[in-house]
Amino acid sequence: MTATALPAAAPRRPWTLLRRWLAAVGLSGRALVIAAPALWLTLFFLIPLGIVLQVSLSESAIAIPPYLPLITSELGTVQMTLHLSNFIRLFQDKLYILAYLNSIKIAAISTIFALLIGYPIAYFIARSSDRWRNVLLMLIILPFWSSFLLRVYAWIGFLKNEGVINNFLEWTGLIHAPIPMIQTDFAVYVGIVYTYLPFMILPLYTNLVKLDESLLEASADLGARPIRTFLSITLPLSIPGIVAGSMLVFIPAIGEFVIPSLLGGPGTLMIGRVLFDEFFSNRDWPMASALAFAMLLVVVVPIMVMQSAQSAVVTRK
Amino acid sequence: MAKKPQIAADTRPWREPGAKPFVRIRNVTKKFGDIAAVNDVSLDIYKGELFCLLGGSGSGKSTLLRMLAGFEEPTAGTIEIDGQNMAGVPPYRRPVNMMFQSYALFPHMTVEQNVAYGLKRDRLPPAELAARVTELLQLVKLQDYRTRKPNQLSGGQRQRVALARALAKRPKLLLLDEPLGALDKKLREETQFELVKIQETLGVTFIVVTHDQEEAMSLATRIGVMNQGEIAMIGEPTEIYEYPNSRFVANFIGSANMFEGVVTEDEPDHVRIRSADLGSDIYVDHGVDCAPDQILWWAIRPEKIRLTRDKPAAESGIPADANVLKGFVEDIAYLGDMTVYQVRLENGKYMRVTKANALRGDPDAISWDESVWASWAGSSGSVLVS
Repeated sequence: MTATALPAAAPRRPWTLLRRWLAAVGLSGRALVIAAPALWLTLFFLIPLGIVLQVSLSESAIAIPPYLPLITSELGTVQMTLHLSNFIRLFQDKLYILAYLNSIKIAAISTIFALLIGYPIAYFIARSSDRWRNVLLMLIILPFWSSFLLRVYAWIGFLKNEGVINNFLEWTGLIHAPIPMIQTDFAVYVGIVYTYLPFMILPLYTNLVKLDESLLEASADLGARPIRTFLSITLPLSIPGIVAGSMLVFIPAIGEFVIPSLLGGPGTLMIGRVLFDEFFSNRDWPMASALAFAMLLVVVVPIMVMQSAQSAVVTRK
Repeated sequence: MAKKPQIAADTRPWREPGAKPFVRIRNVTKKFGDIAAVNDVSLDIYKGELFCLLGGSGSGKSTLLRMLAGFEEPTAGTIEIDGQNMAGVPPYRRPVNMMFQSYALFPHMTVEQNVAYGLKRDRLPPAELAARVTELLQLVKLQDYRTRKPNQLSGGQRQRVALARALAKRPKLLLLDEPLGALDKKLREETQFELVKIQETLGVTFIVVTHDQEEAMSLATRIGVMNQGEIAMIGEPTEIYEYPNSRFVANFIGSANMFEGVVTEDEPDHVRIRSADLGSDIYVDHGVDCAPDQILWWAIRPEKIRLTRDKPAAESGIPADANVLKGFVEDIAYLGDMTVYQVRLENGKYMRVTKANALRGDPDAISWDESVWASWAGSSGSVLVS
């Protein structure tokens, strides 16, 4: 067989030896390619998550770090105490439940607005001529070149009582006293929608730009007016883009901290802020960890729901 | 099956001067920027016709079709369908349906939903709608595939769904953009006949765009040959093939041997052309609208030339020194049904001659490197002045 002839020529390449050595341990190139992201996820996601889970199950204490170890060994016996009290408190204290519900509400409403604003923009970009398309996409991405924090601060300048919007409205004579906008939920919505709009537009754009124009022509040819064509053809075919965009807005919006702290008022209860307070103001690391872990669950569930919806769409095609 | 309607192929309305056209295209021009995709085209198409627009890529045939469907507005000129001016009428209000080159089937809908799409827009009652869809799926033999999605169908099946969907609203005029282009050769030949049968059964007027001359020849009642945005010739398939009006048409449809020549005799009943290009005189047994000493071209189809080993006797009426030529068989392509001979003439030019292989494994067939005589009848070639 030719296999016997191969090894004679093979060692010329330096990596052949390495490959053969790896193969001896049962590793192929494919396994290594998969191993790299797996290693990354393990190091920077699974292990930290494990640490968070461990802290959430321990007892708070005034120490450095401010919690007691889970496993104690005393007189030859190893003892592990799991404190579920933090998780129980999540359900007992209304603050946490309210914060979760409010976060979901704010994230959901922001996602809907981002979709309503982003869809027409994405549609317009996808339908514009090649020359303009890149310019328009650039304009969508351009704000990312400046600091996120700076952009949120800029909104304070717009929304505050003597800010740009109120000053303008008073100048036109439409209002005589400033409309309170800063430190309200409204400001938080504005901030989230503004910040995450590109994440809605880009996946929608990539979906809509692939839409075969002859399908729209076929629909018109069969007697459908433009609105009917949009509802029956464009919209159903863009569902994957809608799902992807909504996920990219909804998930980070749930845990958003900077925007509610800078633009929201004291009444804007969001889980990111509660988490921050538990961690830095109360120095209750176990409680903060329990909150973080619960938030993860809150985020993972909608991801899974959306993903299954998306795969359903894909298989339906 | 319904009674076979009287179709255009039987009545040939285009031969009657007073017949009223169903589609009337008048001086239509379409410019994209400075480039005229369609340039001053006028065309009449009659009810029940299967009209083929034939042309290469960029000839403007698809643009003309898109203007009929309403996807493009003419820059100048008018389009009338069934006596109605179509200027400014959007696609969804035209009595026209189109079958797209890519089929443009809706990927998220089943076969049934695709076919029913146009009917739903007409707000047909559900029972009637279901009956119509069933009828259409039977017509294209896809009853068993109702709930399939387009990506679960073969190319031929998709083509039939597209046809059923385009026919669903019983349009007066059906536009077909390269309807068979995506099918393989065998399937294409079968589908051609099916398409003609459906067209004759339903009595719908078809306008078919194609770049495939064989397809156009076998489908069409009439063909409009397009070249660079203009109509080069309109005629029945036999007219287009046997009596091309220009060098472009003669070359585009089938293959032709083309030679330049000068008129030496211009009589009402015959013309004699001296052609250095060919190396012989050409005797044409009918009058031609030309002047003495005019330069013109003479085209002859490869199958209209006879090849013989011995010099053939002159035909009656043809001078002995015309319409016969010595040559040398340089190459042969055996195609099964016929053989193509590449004959080198004495002046170094080549002539293509085909011969049907009527005899099975003919041992006496003309072979490589043989000296032969090529001859033709006085009416075999076309005299072209442009």
